[in-house]
Amino acid sequence: MSEIQVENGRLTVFVPKELDDHTAKEIKEQVDEILNTQWIRTLIFDFRDTAFMDSSGIGMILGRYKKISYSGGKIEAVGMSDRIRRMMILSGLYQVVRLEKKGE
Amino acid sequence: METKKNRMKLEFDSISENESFARVAVAAFMTQLNPTVEEVADVKTAVSEAVTNAIIHGYEGAVETIVILCTISGQELEVTVEDKGVGIPDVKAAMEPLFTSKPELERSGMGFAFMEAFMDELRVDSAPGQGTSVYMKKKIGTVNEWKES
Repeated sequence: MSEIQVENGRLTVFVPKELDDHTAKEIKEQVDEILNTQWIRTLIFDFRDTAFMDSSGIGMILGRYKKISYSGGKIEAVGMSDRIRRMMILSGLYQVVRLEKKGE
Repeated sequence: METKKNRMKLEFDSISENESFARVAVAAFMTQLNPTVEEVADVKTAVSEAVTNAIIHGYEGAVETIVILCTISGQELEVTVEDKGVGIPDVKAAMEPLFTSKPELERSGMGFAFMEAFMDELRVDSAPGQGTSVYMKKKIGTVNEWKES
């Protein structure tokens, strides 16, 4: 289970150490349950503890974007390593997810 | 000086818990090449993508066998990930970035693109009903770090 925090319409997901197909499925279930029952304006993925991500992470975030954008919500990603940031740029995810600037 | 040679073979069930096992096992095997942290991360990502493809697309969730073959020859690491699953009808199309046959599973379609980005060489052999073999090669110990502008 990933740690999740909800405050004033902001849902923060503290992404686990490794984000792959296996852990992405768990996060998806947890987040969707909240998105289905509460009004969330901003969904934040906090990568400060994440050392590994593959394309399953990209797919999981894109899926949440599709869901939250229906109600005008936004997605942000913070605390990424250079590598994870690069994958978000390579995949085009940066076009729909606000990426925290380096050193922000 | 003699060329360093080594090989290993790994066989495991196609369940998602084994994605992390597979990439960590290959990472452990490659340590004898004295890779940089970046190189290890590159290989781990590529292996994770190939194994995830075998589980989700090759076997479509059924529990079957995935085989990984690794060879070291000098500073070169070769990794082959094989499944005996459904196979890919159009390999060229499948390798296009953002292509996915399973949008309902929220696949990003970036698996092959990441394998290509993080390894030096990528070859995919597949045919419907014949399974899929993903061959990847990477030279370890050559400084090839990307810099963000």
